[in-house]
Amino acid sequence: MELFWYTMIAIVLAVFFILDGYDFGTGIIHLFFAEKEKDKEVIAKAAGLFWDSNEVWLVAAGGLLFMAFPTFYASVFSGFYLPLIIVLWFIIFRAIGLELRSQFNFQMWKDIWDKSFGVSSLLLTLFFGIALGNVIRGVNLGGVENGVSAYEAHYFFLPLWNSSFSPAGIHPGVIDWFTIVIGIIAVVTLSIHGANWIILKTESSINEKLKSVVLKLNIALLLLTIFSISIWHIIKPEPFSNFTDNPLLIIFPMIYLSGLVGTFFIKKFKKAVYAFTCSSLIILGGITSSLASMFPVILPSTNSVNESLTIYNTATSEYGLNVAFGWGIVGFILLIVYFIVQKRFMGGKIDKMDYGH
Amino acid sequence: MEDMIFYDRLQFAFTITFHYIFPQLTMGLSLMIVYFKWKYLRTKLEKFNNAAKFFMKIFAINFTMGVVTGIPMEFQFGTNWAKFSELTGGIIGQTLAMEGMFSFFLESSFLALFIFGEKLMGQKLHLLTGFLVFLGSWASGYFILATNAWMQHPVGYEILENGKFVLTNFSALFSNPWLIPAFLHNQFASVVTSSFVVAAIGAFYVLRNKNLEYGKLFLKTGVIFGFVSSMLVAVPTGDWNAKNVAKYQPAAFAAMEGIFETEEAGAEIVLIGQPNMVEKKIDNKIAVPNILSFLTYQDWNKQIPGMDQFTKEELPDNIPALYYSYHIMVGLGTIFIGLMGMALFFLWRKKLYTMNTLLWGIMFAFPFPYIANMTGWYVAELGRQPYLVYGLLKTVDGISPTVSSGNTLFTLLGFVGLYMLLGLLFLVLVGKTIHKGPETQTH
Repeated sequence: MELFWYTMIAIVLAVFFILDGYDFGTGIIHLFFAEKEKDKEVIAKAAGLFWDSNEVWLVAAGGLLFMAFPTFYASVFSGFYLPLIIVLWFIIFRAIGLELRSQFNFQMWKDIWDKSFGVSSLLLTLFFGIALGNVIRGVNLGGVENGVSAYEAHYFFLPLWNSSFSPAGIHPGVIDWFTIVIGIIAVVTLSIHGANWIILKTESSINEKLKSVVLKLNIALLLLTIFSISIWHIIKPEPFSNFTDNPLLIIFPMIYLSGLVGTFFIKKFKKAVYAFTCSSLIILGGITSSLASMFPVILPSTNSVNESLTIYNTATSEYGLNVAFGWGIVGFILLIVYFIVQKRFMGGKIDKMDYGH
Repeated sequence: MEDMIFYDRLQFAFTITFHYIFPQLTMGLSLMIVYFKWKYLRTKLEKFNNAAKFFMKIFAINFTMGVVTGIPMEFQFGTNWAKFSELTGGIIGQTLAMEGMFSFFLESSFLALFIFGEKLMGQKLHLLTGFLVFLGSWASGYFILATNAWMQHPVGYEILENGKFVLTNFSALFSNPWLIPAFLHNQFASVVTSSFVVAAIGAFYVLRNKNLEYGKLFLKTGVIFGFVSSMLVAVPTGDWNAKNVAKYQPAAFAAMEGIFETEEAGAEIVLIGQPNMVEKKIDNKIAVPNILSFLTYQDWNKQIPGMDQFTKEELPDNIPALYYSYHIMVGLGTIFIGLMGMALFFLWRKKLYTMNTLLWGIMFAFPFPYIANMTGWYVAELGRQPYLVYGLLKTVDGISPTVSSGNTLFTLLGFVGLYMLLGLLFLVLVGKTIHKGPETQTH
C-alpha cells in the first residue's frame, strides 16, 4: 500500500509539474522574450486561462502526501519553513499578476503585473528545482551536533544557505551549489516546456523565434544534465546503485532521454503537440528518475545518527492507506474525466477563441 | 514556548480569517447563480442569464482570492503545526485529501467551463456546469467541516503508544454527530452572506436609479434568499449546534453563555453584559431567567453547569473573546432576521423599491454577515481551546518543534502585508465589476 500511494503521489506531482510547469515556463518566456503588447497579452492568456485548474494538482499532491505520509509532511514542511512560505508568496504574486493584468487598460498597470507574473514564475521554478535538489541531497535530520540530536529524530530546520555553499558535510543550507544546479535545470526545462506551450496554443508573432530559443535551451539542458550526473556522486556515493540493482528502473531515465532527444527536432515537427509531448517527457522522466534513484528513501539523512525517511517509516496505518485506496480510485477516475471534458472544450489556438478573460 | 504558540495561533487566525471572506461568499453565491440560470432556462428572459453571468464574474474574483489564500492554509498544517500534522495526519489527512480530490477539482475544472463555455456547449450543459461548480463548493465545505468536526468531537480513532492517532473507522468520520449540524449551519450562513451582497448591489442600483431592472431583480432575490437562510441559520441549525456544544463541550458552553455560577433551579440567558474575569461575574447584565435551560433541554428547571464546575485546565483560555464572539454572532443573526423580514414584508406590499431608508439599510448591511460568520468560526475554535483535538491533544503540543517564534513573526508580517495588498485589489476589482453593471457582462 505504501508503494501504491508513493506511486500515486509521484504521478500527481509529475502531472502538476507538467501542467503548471508550462504556465511557469510561459512566465519565464514572457519575462525574457515578449516585447510587443500583442505577444504579451497572448502569452499571458496562454497561462491565465489554465493556471487555477493546474494548481489544483499541487493541492491534491499536498493533501495526499499529508494523508499517506504524515510524518514526512510534518518533517519537510516545518524543516523547509522559510523557503516554503516564500514559495507561497510567489504563488500568490504570480496568480494575481495573471488575473489582474488585463483588468485595466493602461500601460503602467500592465507592466507591473507582467513583471509580477514573470519574476514570480522564474523564482518559483528556481525554488522548486532547489527543493528537488534538497530532497536528493538530504538534510541533517534530527539536527545532530557532535553526535547528539537537538530535536526529535525526523525534525530539522535549514537556514537558507551557509557560508560554504557546499552540499557536502552534515550542515548544508537550502541553497548550495548543487541545489542551484538542479534549480537552473528546472528553469531551463520549464522554459522549453513553456515555449512549446506557447507555440502549441497561440499564433504569436514570436513563435518562430521561440523555436530557435528552444533549440539553444535544449543544448544547455543536455550539458547541465551531463554535469549534474557527473557531480551526483558527491552527495550520493553510489549514484546508480538502484538502477544497477533493478534494471527495470532504467525506464525512467530513458523517458527523460527520449524527451531530450526529441526536442532537438522541434523545427521539423509539423505538429506543435509533438514538441510539447517531448518536453512533458523530460519533466516526467526527470522527476521519476530522481525519485527512483533514491527509492525507498524520500528524504536522506546527512548525519549517521538518525535514519533517513522512507516511505515505510513515515506512512500512516495500513487501515488508513486501505480506505484511502477505496475513495482514491474513484477520485482518480473523476480527475481523468474532468480533465478530458475540460481539454475537449478548451482545445485549439487561444487567439482564435471567441471568449475573453 | 509561550510566544511560539502565540505567534502560531495569531498567524493561523489571521490567515484563516482573511481566507474565509472568500469561500463564504462563493458557497452561497454558487447556489444563487444556479437559481438565476435555472430561471433563465424556464422563462427565457435575458435578464436572468445576465444576472447569472454578472454574479459569476464576482464569483470568479472571489474564487481566485479563495484559492491563493487557501493554499497557505494547507501549507500551514505542515509548516507551523508539524507536530499536529504528524500525530493526526492519519485521520484529518483523509478528509483534507478528499477535499482536494473530490471538491476542489470539481469546482475549478467546471468554473473555467462555466465562465468561458456558454457558446460552446449550449444552455442546458451550461446550467449543468454551474450546478457542478455549486456542488464542488458545497462539498468543499463539507470536507472542511468534517475535518473540524473531528477536532471538536474526535471519533473513529485509536491512539498508539507513540501518541499518533490512527483511523480505525472511516465511516465514523462522516457520521460524526458534530458534523451535519455544523455543516448545515455553516452553509446556510454562507447563503446569508451572499443574499446580503446580492441585495446590497440591488439596493445600490435602485438608489442610484441605474440598472433598475437588475436592481429590482437582485433586491427581490436577495431578500427572499436572505430571509429564508437567516431563519434556517437560527432554527433548527443554530439551536442544534448549541445543544451539541452543551452536550460535548460543557465547559465551552458555560463560557459562551457567560454562566459563571451554576444555578440549582435552571439557568438564565444572558442577552447583554461584559464578562468580569476578576470577580467572575457578568457586569451590566441583562438576562432572562430559566430560558437557557428551556432552550437547551426543553426543561425550565434543568441545571446547566457553570464555569465554577470546571478546573482552569478544562476551561477555554480566552473566555471574554469566546463570550463576545458568541454574543455578536447571535445578536447579528437576530438582526438579520428582523431586517430581511421587514424587507420581505414591504416587498410583498410592493413598497420596497421606493423605501429609501430601508434600501440604505440593506446596502450598508452587507458587511455584517461576514462579521457574524467570522465570529461564528471563532466560537467554534476558541471554544475548543486549550485543545487542538478536544480533550486529547493540547494546542501547545501541536506546534512545529524546529520553527522559532522569530521566523513565525517574520512570515506573519509578510502575510499581513501581502493580504492588505490583496484586499485592496479585491475591492477595486469587485467595485469595477459592480460599476460596469450586469448589462455589459456578456463575453
